[in-house]
Amino acid sequence: MTYNSSDNHESKWEKFFKWVNGEQALDSVWEKELKSKILGKRQKRHKSIEDVIDKINAQSKKIYIFFSIIITVTYIGILLYTAVLLPEHGNELNPTNNEVSQRYVENGVNDTGAVNAVSAMILEYRAFDTFGETVALFASIICVAILLKKDRSNLCPQEEREYIEDEKILNADGNGILKFTSRLIFPIVILYGVYVILNGHISPGGGFSGGAIIGAGLILYSAAYGDKNLKHIVNYNSFSKVVCGCLLVYFFSKGYSFFTGGNHIKSIIPKGTPGNILSGGLILPLNICVGAVVACTIYGFYSYFTKGDI
Amino acid sequence: MVLSHNIAHNIPFLSIFLAIFGGIVTPLINDGQKSRRLHMFLTAVIGLLSLLLLFHVNFNQERFTFVMGHFPSPWGNELKAGPMEAVLSVTFSIVMLLAVGGGKDLIEKDILYEKQSLYYVMLNLLFGSMLALIYTNDIFTGYVFIEINTICSCGVIMCKESGKSMLATIRYIIMSILGSGLILFSIATLYIVTGHLLFTHLKMSIMRLINSGTYDFPLVITAGMFTLGIAVKSALFPFHTMLPGAYETTSVSSSGILSGLVIKSYIIFLIKVYYCVFTLEYLRDIKVTNLIFFMGACGMILGSVMALKERRVLRMLAYSSVAQIGYIYMGIGLGTNIGVTAAMLHIVTHAVTKPMLFICTGRMKDISLEKTANHRLKGIGYKDITAGVGFVVGALSIVGIPLFAGFASKLYLAIASFYSPFKMAVALIMLAISMVLNAMYFIPPVVDIWHTLSDSDANSKIVPKFIPSFNVAVILFIAINFFVGICYNSIFGIFELGIMLIR
Amino acid sequence: MIKLITTNYFEMTAIILFGIGFMNILLQDNLIKKFIGLNIMDTAIYLYLVSYGYISNRTAPIIREGNWQYVNPVPSGLVLTGIVVSVSMTAFSLALVQRLYKRYGTLSFDEVIKKLRSGEAQNGSES
Repeated sequence: MTYNSSDNHESKWEKFFKWVNGEQALDSVWEKELKSKILGKRQKRHKSIEDVIDKINAQSKKIYIFFSIIITVTYIGILLYTAVLLPEHGNELNPTNNEVSQRYVENGVNDTGAVNAVSAMILEYRAFDTFGETVALFASIICVAILLKKDRSNLCPQEEREYIEDEKILNADGNGILKFTSRLIFPIVILYGVYVILNGHISPGGGFSGGAIIGAGLILYSAAYGDKNLKHIVNYNSFSKVVCGCLLVYFFSKGYSFFTGGNHIKSIIPKGTPGNILSGGLILPLNICVGAVVACTIYGFYSYFTKGDI
Repeated sequence: MVLSHNIAHNIPFLSIFLAIFGGIVTPLINDGQKSRRLHMFLTAVIGLLSLLLLFHVNFNQERFTFVMGHFPSPWGNELKAGPMEAVLSVTFSIVMLLAVGGGKDLIEKDILYEKQSLYYVMLNLLFGSMLALIYTNDIFTGYVFIEINTICSCGVIMCKESGKSMLATIRYIIMSILGSGLILFSIATLYIVTGHLLFTHLKMSIMRLINSGTYDFPLVITAGMFTLGIAVKSALFPFHTMLPGAYETTSVSSSGILSGLVIKSYIIFLIKVYYCVFTLEYLRDIKVTNLIFFMGACGMILGSVMALKERRVLRMLAYSSVAQIGYIYMGIGLGTNIGVTAAMLHIVTHAVTKPMLFICTGRMKDISLEKTANHRLKGIGYKDITAGVGFVVGALSIVGIPLFAGFASKLYLAIASFYSPFKMAVALIMLAISMVLNAMYFIPPVVDIWHTLSDSDANSKIVPKFIPSFNVAVILFIAINFFVGICYNSIFGIFELGIMLIR
Repeated sequence: MIKLITTNYFEMTAIILFGIGFMNILLQDNLIKKFIGLNIMDTAIYLYLVSYGYISNRTAPIIREGNWQYVNPVPSGLVLTGIVVSVSMTAFSLALVQRLYKRYGTLSFDEVIKKLRSGEAQNGSES
C-alpha cells in the first residue's frame, strides 16, 4: 500500500480543522484551490488573489472568534452563578475557617516555633508542596537554559551584533543617571532582600520574596554596569553549584523531617524561642536556601534572556 | 532507635525523593553518559523498591498512610500507597528504564552533547513528579506536581531544538496551561466550600455537603471542571491537538515516555480523586461519568479514523494514543468499579506497548536510507529484525490479539460494559469498530516494513550497526508484553484489591 | 442572592478577569499577548482563592501575644506556591517565544506556522 500525498480532495471543513490543529497556516489552506479558480476569472474581475484569500481568512476567523466568545461567555456565566452561591466573602462562619486554619494560627507557634503563620504553614505543615514548587522553579530554569544557551543550534548573527553594540554603549561614559542611581540603590536593595529572607519566620516575607528582591538587585546592577563585573562571581559553574547545593540542603533537611515524621521519630531540631531570629526550627535555614535558589534563578532568567549565557 | 512501624512504608517517600535527588544532582555532573547511567540506576533502584512494596502490600492486603512531616491528616501533607499504586509505580519504572535504555543512541544523536545532562534532569524530575502524582493523598500537592510534570514534559519535547519541536511545545504548553487553569479553579472552589485539602477530610466534608444539599451547584461545577481540566491535560479527544506534533518532533524515547506514562499519570490522579474525594456514586448521580463516557467513545473512533488518514508513522502512533486514551476514559465513564479496574489495566497494557512502538519506529527511521516519505520504511524489517518484530508485536497488542497485552484490557473493558446495562450496547459496538479500525491503520505500515526488497530500492543497501541496548530493550518489552498478555488475571486481581481498599 | 452579589464582588471580579485571560489565550495571535492572557488567568484564580482567606476585621497572621483574631493563613500559602509555579511557567513560555522569534523573526503564531511550512517545502518532506 502506498501513501500518496494528495491534498487536493480535502473539503473546506477538513482544511478548517487542519488550521485549528495547527498543521497549516490559514493562508496556505485556501491558496491552492483559489489560485486555479481565480486565475480564470482574473480578466473579468480586477481582484488580486491576496484580496480574496484575505476575505476568506476573515470569514474563517470570524467563525472561530464567534465560537470562542460563545464558549467563554457561557463558561463565565456559569462561574458567576457559582460565585453567587458560594459562601459570603469575609464571613467568620465560612467553611474555610475550620479546625485546620485554627490550628495553624493557635498552635503554630508551639508546633513550629515560627511567629509568621504563613511561613509555618508552607515550610512545616505543608512542606512537601513548597518543595515541589521549588523543584518547579528549578525545572523551569533548566528548561530556559536548554532553550536559550548559546551553542551550535542557537546562533543568531543579528543578536551577536546587538550584543556587541550594547557592550559599546555600556563601556562609553554615558548612562550617568542609571549608573549613579544604581550605585546608590544596589546595596539597599540587597540589604533589604537579606532582611526579608532572614526575618521570614517572624515578619511578613520569606525565601521567595527576599530571593526575588535580591535577584532584582543583581539585574539592576548588571543592567547598569554590564555583566563583566559580575562575571567572576556569577558564572555558570558557581551558579549551578549554588542552585544545586542549596536545593540539596533543602532536600536533605526536608527529607530528614519527612522521614522522622513518617516513622514517628521525634525530630532533634530545636525550635528556639518564638519571636527571636534564631527560632522556628528548620524554617530559617530553609528560607536562606530558598532565597539563594530564587535569587540565582531570577538573575539566571535575566541573563539567559538577554545574553544567552550566565 | 527502633522504627515504630514497618520499613516498607518508607518506600513511596524514598522513591519520590530518589528520583528528585537525581534531578538535582545531574546538573553538577555535566556529562551525558554519566547522567544517563545515574538516571537508569536510580530508576532501577526505584523499580526494585516498588516491587518490594508490591509484595508487601499485596501480601498484607493493606493500604497505608505515610505522613510527610510531623503533622497528620487535616494539617500536613500525606502519601498513601496500596496495591494499585505499587503496580503502577513498578510498571512506570520498568517502562521508563526500557524506553531510555532502548532509545539512548537516538537521544545522543538528537540532542546536543552539552545539553544531554540537562535532558536527563528533565527525565528525573518527570519521573519524580509522576511518582508523586501516583502516591499523593493531597489535592494541592497533586496540582503542584501536575505543573512540574507539564514543565518537564515541555522541556523533554523541545530538547531536539528544531523549529517544529518549538512550535509543538508552544501548542503543548498552551493546552496544558488551559488545563491547569481549570484544575486550579476547581481545587480553589473545593477548598472554599469544604476548607480541606487532604483527600480523607475532603471526602468526609463533601459527603456532609451532599447529604445536607448545601453548595450543590458549586460541587457539580467543581467535579465537572476538574474532569475537564484533566481531560485537557491528558489529551482526551476534542483536546488532542497538541499530541501529534509533539510526538512527531521529539526524540522517540521521550515520545514513548510522554504517551505511555506522563499522560497516564494525570488519569491516575483523576481516578484517585474520583475515588478518594467525590466517590463514583456521586459522579454517576451528577452524570459526569456519562460525559467522559461520551468523550471517550468519540475519542476511540475518531482517534482511529485520524490515524487511518495519517501517512507519517509517528503521527499515526500519536493518533493511536488518542484512541487508546479514549478507551481508558470509556472504562472510567462506565461508572462502575470493574470499569475503572479495566481502565487501570488498559493504562498498564498501553504503557508497556506504546513506548516499544515508538522506539522501534525511531530505530527504523534512523537506519532508513530512503528520502521520500512514501517509501521511508520499505523493507526495513529484514534489515533490523528486532525493530521489525517489535513493531509487529506492538501493533498486534494494540489491535488486541489474544496472548498480547492489549487483548487483556479490551477483554475486561468488554466484560465491564455488561455491568452497566445502559451503556453496554454502545460500549461493545465502539470496542468492535475501533478494533477493526486499529487493525486497518496498523496494516499499511506493517506491510510496508516487511515488503520484499529489490536491488533498486535504496533500503536494500543498508548495513545497520548492531546496537545491543536497543535489542535488549525491545526483547524485554516483547517479553513483558507477553507476560502481561498471559498473566493478566493476577494483575487485574491486584487492581481489584487496590480499588477495594481505596473505597 | 442579591445580598451575595453585593458581598461576593471580589470573586465576581476574579471570574471576569479569568474570562478576559481565557479570551486572550483563544483569540490573540501574538504569542506574547497570548502568554500575558495566561498570566491574567492565573492571577485571577489567585485573587479568587485568596479573597476567601479574608475575614472581616481581622489582621495578618503574624502571631502576637493576647490577640487571636487573624485571617486564614491557608489561602495565602497556597497562592504563594501557585505564584511561583506560574512564574516558572511564564519564564519557560517566554523563553520559547524568544527562541521562535530568533528563528522566524515574528511573534505571530500564524506567521510562524506559515514560515515553518514554507521552510519544510524547501527541505523536502520528512516522514
